[in-house]
Amino acid sequence: MSDADPVQTRNREAQEAVDRASTYEWGFSSDIEQEFAPKGLSEDTVRYISAKKNEPEWLLEWRLKAYRAWLTMEEVSWAKLDIPAIDFQDAYYYAEPKAKPTLASLDELDPEIRRTYEKLGIPIEEQKVLAGVEGARKVAVDAVFDSVSVATTFRAELERAGVIFRSISEAVREYPDLVRKWLGSVVPQRDNYFACLNSAVFSDGTFVYIPEGVRCPMELSTYFRINAANTGQFERTLIVADKGSYVSYLEGCTAPMRDENQLHAAVVELVALDDAEIKYSTVQNWYPGDSEGKGGIYNFVTKRGACRGARSKISWTQVETGSAITWKYPSCILQGEESVGEFYSVAVTNNRQQADTGTKMIHIGRGSRSTIVSKGISAGRSDNTYRGLVRVLANADGVRNFTQCDSLLLGDKCGAHTVPYIEVRNPTAQIEHEATTSKISDDQLFYAMSRGLSREDAVALIVNGFAREVLQQLPMEFAVEAQKLLGISLEGSVG
Amino acid sequence: MLKIENLHATVAGKAILKGLSLEVNAGEIHAIMGPNGAGKSTLGYVLGGREGYEVTGGSVAFDGKDLLDMEADERAAAGLFLGFQYPVEIPGVSNVQFLRTALNAQRRARGEAEMSAGDFLRLARAQGDALGVSMDMMKRNVNVGFSGGEKKRNEMVQMGIIAPRLAVLDETDSGLDIDALRVVAEGINRIMRAPDKAVLLITHYQRLLDLVVPDFVHVLADGRIVRSGGPELAHELEREGYVGVAA
Repeated sequence: MSDADPVQTRNREAQEAVDRASTYEWGFSSDIEQEFAPKGLSEDTVRYISAKKNEPEWLLEWRLKAYRAWLTMEEVSWAKLDIPAIDFQDAYYYAEPKAKPTLASLDELDPEIRRTYEKLGIPIEEQKVLAGVEGARKVAVDAVFDSVSVATTFRAELERAGVIFRSISEAVREYPDLVRKWLGSVVPQRDNYFACLNSAVFSDGTFVYIPEGVRCPMELSTYFRINAANTGQFERTLIVADKGSYVSYLEGCTAPMRDENQLHAAVVELVALDDAEIKYSTVQNWYPGDSEGKGGIYNFVTKRGACRGARSKISWTQVETGSAITWKYPSCILQGEESVGEFYSVAVTNNRQQADTGTKMIHIGRGSRSTIVSKGISAGRSDNTYRGLVRVLANADGVRNFTQCDSLLLGDKCGAHTVPYIEVRNPTAQIEHEATTSKISDDQLFYAMSRGLSREDAVALIVNGFAREVLQQLPMEFAVEAQKLLGISLEGSVG
Repeated sequence: MLKIENLHATVAGKAILKGLSLEVNAGEIHAIMGPNGAGKSTLGYVLGGREGYEVTGGSVAFDGKDLLDMEADERAAAGLFLGFQYPVEIPGVSNVQFLRTALNAQRRARGEAEMSAGDFLRLARAQGDALGVSMDMMKRNVNVGFSGGEKKRNEMVQMGIIAPRLAVLDETDSGLDIDALRVVAEGINRIMRAPDKAVLLITHYQRLLDLVVPDFVHVLADGRIVRSGGPELAHELEREGYVGVAA
């Protein structure tokens, strides 16, 4: 290719932008050729993406409908966030590795991508699994590198169990009826500005279907990573658990350093039918920006689960340490009788980070129950808001909710805010809400240090203690990673 | 082992220690007694390295090294243990986790190998048994929901596990009933009565000194040691009060 090749030129520009990386621990980028959609957003962009992915006509129409709806919508403004104006025309909406490989195992993966994952510190246990070590715990990794899934492992074993674990693009081709049936069924296109944008331009993501009565034989895990500068990320995840099935899904994220703020607007939809259970765990560590807040990721995610069936259960656990701005409310629509929704969250903000996060529990089914445990940790000059809605509809008899919101402050320049909304239209509901705000005390720090812990270890220990109820909900390999992240995120914040 | 010379310290701008001098050798137990507000707890915090306690003059040498130049955690690794008058609660962190993390941090700082989980649990169980602290209690969160007496016994378990060379115990006897006092005193004698160890006991009352018999007793008043003597000085204080003795 000549120097004049526009794709090459853009690649180089993107690369150079990323190369300006300096301080972020995981702020590296990989030299993998990428192909970009033309910059900017129009119907042509939507058609380009759809054509690139060889999508059927119905999906293109679905995207276009979303795009046209999006044009009529406005960004949200009710969150306690200071969001700079985003120029949606000054971004790329699609990037994929040049040669799109279809691989049987990660051994065949581009070595550059593998090195990237190594730098990300994908747990040894998973490396063992990937290397096929006997007896290692099984974790299936659907590696999402930028927008395109490049490898899916353990497909065979999952297939024996009847589990479908695919990139959305593959699922559209192989299981069009399933995808068509459920896509947008929990988060309608017009749900909100960013979900609508995602519906128009979603690049790739994950599709999971667990058949009736099947307990998924392994934890399903996807690593997201944003690699190309100026490439908005619009992941789409759809998980359907049929009657009596069970699945635990792990989502972990780190991102390389970049210069410009970058939008990430994912949509995650979960559906649980009768007696099904979905456990969805996230550790999010996207680049938060420098100490002045420049250059971080904007994380505007719509996550929602529908407990459609009786006695179904959806449990969200999240550890949020990254991003410059987080706007995220993993929610449960509790339609089924005696269905159960859970939300366990740790959100850490430091320096200039802003987080407005929480959940919505919509009680429709009789006897449905929900538990909310939110732990907000603020340091530096950050703002951390819990925003949660518990709504009980008129016909929902015997609903119970327990909400606990605890805030921990480090220093005196940060903010913690708790904004609970409680709407109860049925007199039999039992709703409990507890909230506390505390500071790491000098007493605690000195006590721990006088026993030999360094200042940073002492802070990490106290913070991990504060967040323990949530961390306990995470699968083991994630819990260890999350504990380390909490410590790293708060380094230098006390002292 | 510990040499304090002409120590001056202020808290929030107020002079509390005003020229305190004291020397503690290996194998010795020293008691520091004195009225409220004399600077007893300040002495403990200054030796422990607490922020906000500013040393404005004098020196403290621990094994010939400048103690005041070290962070609190470095002092711990060097072999100093501070027993708290009011042990602090740390929610969500178990005693076992706290102590193992602390012990291994000290060992790393000294260039020693970390203690394995199994060895640590055996050590914790042995020290707990000796002080009537069950493993159940060891697994509970640090001092959370402990009674006053349990907190103090827990401090002694920590001291037993960490095995310091010098213990500065700040009113370890306060809030203890007579049985708990006996248990704690036995702990101090068992853990710290050794030729290579030393103790600085900060206390209001004679009753602990009947059980942990000091080699030296000092009276601290208005930021200075105003009298020093043998164990009999504690009895004299008990009879005549600080006013009579310190005058």
